[in-house]
Amino acid sequence: MILFKIENLVKYFGGLAAVNGVSFSVNRGEIFGLIGPNGSGKTTIFNLISNFHKPSGGKIIFKDKDITNLKTNKICRLGIGRTFQVVKPLGRLTVLDNVIASAFLRVHNKTEATKVALETLEFCNLIHRKDDLAKSLPIGERKRLEITRSMATNPDLLLLDETAAGLNPGELDEAIELIKKIRDRGVTIIIVEHIMKVIMTISDRIHAINFGQTIAEGTPEEVANDPAVIEAYLGEEYAHGK
Amino acid sequence: MKKYTPYILLFVLIIFPLVVRNSYYQHLMILVLIWVVIGSGWNIIPGYTGQVSFGDAAFFGTGAYTAGLFASKLGMSAWWGMAFGGFAAMAIAFPFGWICFRLRGAYFALASLALNEVCRHVATVWESLTNGMVGILVMPTFVSKIPYYYVALSLAVFSIIFIQSVMKSRWGYYFLSIREDQDAAESLGIDTHYYKMISLNIAAFLTGITGSLFMNYMGFIDPEVVFSLHDISIMAILVGIVGGVGTIYGPVVGAFVMVAVHEFFRTGFLGFFKTLASVTGSDFVNTVAKYVSQAHVLGFGILVVLVILYLPNGIVGDWDKIIGIFTRFKRKGESS
Repeated sequence: MILFKIENLVKYFGGLAAVNGVSFSVNRGEIFGLIGPNGSGKTTIFNLISNFHKPSGGKIIFKDKDITNLKTNKICRLGIGRTFQVVKPLGRLTVLDNVIASAFLRVHNKTEATKVALETLEFCNLIHRKDDLAKSLPIGERKRLEITRSMATNPDLLLLDETAAGLNPGELDEAIELIKKIRDRGVTIIIVEHIMKVIMTISDRIHAINFGQTIAEGTPEEVANDPAVIEAYLGEEYAHGK
Repeated sequence: MKKYTPYILLFVLIIFPLVVRNSYYQHLMILVLIWVVIGSGWNIIPGYTGQVSFGDAAFFGTGAYTAGLFASKLGMSAWWGMAFGGFAAMAIAFPFGWICFRLRGAYFALASLALNEVCRHVATVWESLTNGMVGILVMPTFVSKIPYYYVALSLAVFSIIFIQSVMKSRWGYYFLSIREDQDAAESLGIDTHYYKMISLNIAAFLTGITGSLFMNYMGFIDPEVVFSLHDISIMAILVGIVGGVGTIYGPVVGAFVMVAVHEFFRTGFLGFFKTLASVTGSDFVNTVAKYVSQAHVLGFGILVVLVILYLPNGIVGDWDKIIGIFTRFKRKGESS
């Protein structure tokens, strides 16, 4: 069952086509990987979905509803949570307050919001830092805070933008565990990632783009062996020459 | 100890006019309390919601003129302004915020500065309504200052309790989220435009009521007094910055300090220069004395530079730092 799809999405920045006719659909309950070399338009697609940028063309459909021109906060309200590649913690608030602020989206009194926040922190294994200021966290925990915060809005679809970048191997395993746990809760995930260890182990399907255009889609094995993907990452001779 | 400080302060403030009979000091305390409310109101927009505003006088003046017009045009008591002044200020804040909260950072600050000036000019030019530069004169209801004092005190207590409870609620969390990162807030489902409007309207409401009280108390207003950029808008900012931006009690402390500094300059260093002039009999000292008493804005400027350099979070925000400095002096004294 299709939860979310984008159709022929286009975004121009001036004369440059950052995203040029990308289409894909995501099934309920799957982890959908989005890969591509630097500057291929992955983060732009996320920004188009959450309407930080207005699409120049195309459609975004979530739960059979066209959400293309909805405001960012409405999109979150409908159930699409996102994290940022460049993390945006609410620095001068404590970790707990960060999560309470986002939990207020679904519940309207403070006791319940605190309860939801504590549960989510426990779930995401960040409970031991709850009284620290968000700006005092190291990068690994900041990324985890991003995930915790969007989980507290109780999303059906979670957009993870390079949540594993900059983590050490131990943290990486934890991050993979967490993403799997979130999926097991019934949350559908679209993940952008450069670290192949992460994306190849957890994705059910992968969509590869380069220069804003689709170059391959399929299971991790199919995409890893696709000549167009190898060419985009390693250069032409690796794809054809051997 | 820290927990009881507000109650002790409140108790002292309640018995103050009964103990201190001197009407000059009572007058100063009324000004302090008025500035507590204005400062607390201002603090909501930049301190909690992170949108710097230079336009507080627009709301203050609107409130004051509401009270004045009730008396001069409708022939009713100027106290009606206390009931409607807040809403009149919100009527200014609403369209302004609706349009100008699309701007961010410094651009919003400039727009609020413009609002201040627009209101001042309208009040000056629209003579048929406001009497222009002639101003509006209202007969004070009470001769004694004590009733005004208690009205100002209850308004100050009300606004602090109100702001405190707002900041503990969902609104408060949303304000702080917007201050820390507007994009993150938006992506967490917070309608940033709407909540910025709420914060501006709370501030406008409190400031408007205070404006009405000011009209009732002073008995005279003109556009240069209540829509003044440096005496109202900038003063509100200073009260906030000196006391501590984004703290509940910052504006309270700030109001005390700023009224004291203002008065210090107005009286020419508590009459020091006047005495000096009469003792020396020199024309030069006399001229200096005259200018010093008008140079409070210069004094404010120096104070702000010092506060930003040494206490960037204000007196309340950097309280631990102040305590630290004093205890270090003490320890040095003991060891030597």
